[in-house]
Amino acid sequence: MPAELDPRLNYEATKEAIGYVSRHNATQSDYDRLGFMSGLEVHQQLNTSRKLFCRCPTGIYQEPDDYDAEIIRHMRPTLGELGEHDSTALMEFKTRKTIIYRVKGSTACTYEIDDAAPFLINQEALAQAIEISLLCRLNIVGEVHITRKHYLDGSIPAGFQRTAIIGVEGEIPLKDKNIRVIQLCIEEDTCREVSDKGHVRVFRTDRMGMPLIEIVTYPDMVNPDEVMEACNYIRFLNRSTGKVRTGMGAARQDVNVSCKGGARVEIKGVAHTKWIPELTHNEVFRQYALLNIRARLLESYPDWKNWKISSQKISRKDIQFKYEPLAFAQRDKLTVYAVNLPGFKSILSHFTQPGKIFADEISDRIKVIACIDKPNMVHSEMINSVLEPETIKKIESLLHAKENDAQVIIWGPSGDIPTALETIEERCILAFQGVPKETRKSFKDGTTIFERVLPGANRMYPDTDSPPIPLKDEHIEEIRKQLPEDVIDRYHKLKNWNVPEDTYIYIFKKNLFPLAERIVNELDVPPSFCGTFFGHTLKNIEGRYKPSSAFNYKTIYGLFKFLKEKGLDFELAKKMMPVVYQYPKMEFDSVLVNINYKPVKKKNIIDHISFLKKKFIPKRNHRNPNDENNWIMGQLRQAAIGNMSLTELAQHLK
Amino acid sequence: MSDDFFQGYKGKALKTLKKYQVRVWGHVHVNTTRGVFHGTILPRAENDDSNHIVLKIPSGYNLGINVANIIEMTETDYKKVSYKIAEKKFPFSPELPNVKLFGTGGTIASRLDYRTGAVIPAFSPGELYGSVPELASICNLSTEKLFSIFSENMGPDQYRKLAIAIGKEIESGIDGIVIAHGTDTMHYTAAVLTFMVQNPPIPIVLVGSQRSSDRPSSDAALNLMYATTAAGHGNIAEVMVCMFGSTSDKYGFLHRGTRVRKMHSSCRSTFRTLSDHPLATVTLDGVKPLKSKYNQRRKDKKVKILPFFEEKVALVYYYPNMQPDIIEMMIERGYRGIIIAGTGLGHINKPLYPAIEKAVKNNIAVYMTVQTLWGYANMFVYETGRDLIAKGVIPAENMLPEVAYIKLGWALGQTSDLEEVKRIMLAPVNDDITLREPYNGYLVYQGGVPEVEEFIRKVHK
Repeated sequence: MPAELDPRLNYEATKEAIGYVSRHNATQSDYDRLGFMSGLEVHQQLNTSRKLFCRCPTGIYQEPDDYDAEIIRHMRPTLGELGEHDSTALMEFKTRKTIIYRVKGSTACTYEIDDAAPFLINQEALAQAIEISLLCRLNIVGEVHITRKHYLDGSIPAGFQRTAIIGVEGEIPLKDKNIRVIQLCIEEDTCREVSDKGHVRVFRTDRMGMPLIEIVTYPDMVNPDEVMEACNYIRFLNRSTGKVRTGMGAARQDVNVSCKGGARVEIKGVAHTKWIPELTHNEVFRQYALLNIRARLLESYPDWKNWKISSQKISRKDIQFKYEPLAFAQRDKLTVYAVNLPGFKSILSHFTQPGKIFADEISDRIKVIACIDKPNMVHSEMINSVLEPETIKKIESLLHAKENDAQVIIWGPSGDIPTALETIEERCILAFQGVPKETRKSFKDGTTIFERVLPGANRMYPDTDSPPIPLKDEHIEEIRKQLPEDVIDRYHKLKNWNVPEDTYIYIFKKNLFPLAERIVNELDVPPSFCGTFFGHTLKNIEGRYKPSSAFNYKTIYGLFKFLKEKGLDFELAKKMMPVVYQYPKMEFDSVLVNINYKPVKKKNIIDHISFLKKKFIPKRNHRNPNDENNWIMGQLRQAAIGNMSLTELAQHLK
Repeated sequence: MSDDFFQGYKGKALKTLKKYQVRVWGHVHVNTTRGVFHGTILPRAENDDSNHIVLKIPSGYNLGINVANIIEMTETDYKKVSYKIAEKKFPFSPELPNVKLFGTGGTIASRLDYRTGAVIPAFSPGELYGSVPELASICNLSTEKLFSIFSENMGPDQYRKLAIAIGKEIESGIDGIVIAHGTDTMHYTAAVLTFMVQNPPIPIVLVGSQRSSDRPSSDAALNLMYATTAAGHGNIAEVMVCMFGSTSDKYGFLHRGTRVRKMHSSCRSTFRTLSDHPLATVTLDGVKPLKSKYNQRRKDKKVKILPFFEEKVALVYYYPNMQPDIIEMMIERGYRGIIIAGTGLGHINKPLYPAIEKAVKNNIAVYMTVQTLWGYANMFVYETGRDLIAKGVIPAENMLPEVAYIKLGWALGQTSDLEEVKRIMLAPVNDDITLREPYNGYLVYQGGVPEVEEFIRKVHK
């Protein structure tokens, strides 16, 4: 009798074997042990009124079902400039997808659907890209060459994205170290996916063609928090120009992660910076787990080059499945196949990510490459098994399986089964080699799934529709003259001003530093007060109230100027701000009325202290020496705000 | 170092490469006033300036460096790259039809040309099979490169050679012919072949692409599959243009060579049949005729090749205030035929009358077509038309201006007897002139109209 394997125990045991620790408990020494390495590709939409290569307007979005026409396309792989087929391209070709584009007249012209050649590049966008390149200390190219980056997933109707290098080899400073930047590209944004079911993928073309920059860093980050810090820095740097688009989807990043002995894996489309630490943490452990799988497989199969799956079609006569999706497949005349994976016992249930096992790696690929929607697979090591032990026995015997083998059952349209079988074999063979280079889709819970094989330089091709664009020294110097201050310098200024550090993210994210600095320098508002006013008061108000569309941060300068001119205390700004935020057109005088402010002479407030001292009745039980002052402060606070500083009032109480 | 090492470089850039002893395909380290760059030097397109060198950096991107900014440059490695489309032997299946593909220089399959930065065609059956393997399940393909020119450079010489080559293929018993052709002048060639190759027993299909095959969403592969399907399996034995019917990957149209015209500078569905509807649609499942009458495929080889063309023929697009000296110049230069694309029903202004009269007196054949493209030249409705007829201008019915130009060149190539020319011109060949214009021959729907928008939303464009 073969030893029974408990997949759940195996999952836990393998998790322990690779030394998995939660991010909460992980230290730098854990990441050093794994050889954590990570780099970023930060995408940022530029805020131009027109698209990059055509004259369509930007920033208008359509709902998934809101379209004027649909266009159908298919993508075929072509050769790269150096005569090689790209591996991703070949994978996408295998998927045989029909791509449908939903076109809306107000956001797309014939260019978006690849029925027209590109117009000359948007000069406004080009200048912005140069500006950000200079901020990243990049070497600016002499001539911009538009390049086609092939994408066969359908996200661009042409099958390629027009993109161009603006600068190479730069650097951004973090608090404690510098991160090297590989390059900055300007490129057109891609279509947004509506759905991807079976062999049909649907996109909408609204976002397609909007100008975007991509900043790529070297893998200089050595732990998950550092990746987030670098990402934030780049985002703040972009925003410091005041020329980039903000809001949902305006900034997105791909995170490259590898562990020692692993491979570069690109986690695509991370929507929020705060997801980065968990995602990179889990990815580095996933790679470590795959290396452990490799070591275990090589032990029993050193000569893996001859490793093969064996498979057999399962008819209703062979087995009648009870598990509903399989039973449905049998009723619906889908093809069912059982596959034997020699030597994969205890590998299928090997830990890969929290809540995930190696079998998921196979199932994810079947979905993407063979286009069989999930659930598409069951196997012999499911943690919550849906197969009865006797069914597994039956399958083992049909496949003539040996003791150390594992079994997988797949089902789907008969046309997709050959690709699915190939995909299973391919993924298993890759397990003998370690970590496959791939791009992975991220989820909020910090896990990822297979998206594509990682493309290489072979997918780049010169764009024969566009002439090279020379960048003159004078043009670059002109832009250099108007560069904003470095974010790192602003960071140090805020520190010197004693502004609490928890306000920085908000201030940089909203690019409010220049405004705060003007208020400090021109209106003599104390810097720490000003910093906290933005980072705490304003942030709080934004979270709580609905803004008026007329609201503009510049109004805040007006507010402080008003207070200064009237000789009112700046503290009053905190009370006025919610009203100003909601009704920015209201006169500041009316705002004062609105918050029930009454001008009182400082002397009158101070004189009132002695009266209140007489009125104070101490509490009987817990006497506190400050009780009296606190009570009087509470009584006078309302009247004092705007008329005298609260610090001064407190001094009078002593 | 021989000049081969500096493909495309000239002037200052070439001097710089020579100064630092670096070559195209050399891996270089370049120190410039804008910082350091690494990469492989690529050839330069001939029409680009001489101030920059092109570098492919490791990420696969290309960029240019102004040679004026170069401080130092060293070659660290050298690796010449040869760009090849995977070539595989085209398989032969006895049960499939034999199709001959003639190449003229279109972009059906192509690769990059570093000299011009443009794409150049790849063509051998092996190369085609390498890039469109589906062809092997449609037909047995053999190819012959007749010319390798852009379609705007096609002319009488090529027309004659093409017609003769087609005749030979028919003689040797081929089942169908496909001609790969640039799209810009494909309709001229389609017209001329209709006239020069009379009564063909097999399909003769012109095909091209609006997006070169180096693009993943190219229409080239599908067009080629459609064309070989029409040539090998279709029953319509005429000269036809086979191109996308809609911008979507749905079906191809087969257009009569005499009624087809390129109507959009860049759209995939650019070819349209005018004043009629297309002959057929074609998909990978085969040809579906839309017209009930067409010339059927035959077993015989009775084709008549008439490879004649007179070069001194002009197509004049009339515009208000056109000066008579343009016509007079043609008379002086010995032109033998003029096709006018007139306004409306076939009109030109009065100041041209004397020049027209002079042309007719000088034995120049003058025919009138319409620049409205749809509809007939009808010169009896207005006085201008009647005046022109009186002066010897002959209305060419609803022949398209380009087709009339081709037909007149072909007719004058056969005879200088203007009566005989007239007989040839007005005798319909394959619907170059139709007796009737069908109700659905003119359908240029306008966007914005609710019912049109509804239709476009429902039916894939």
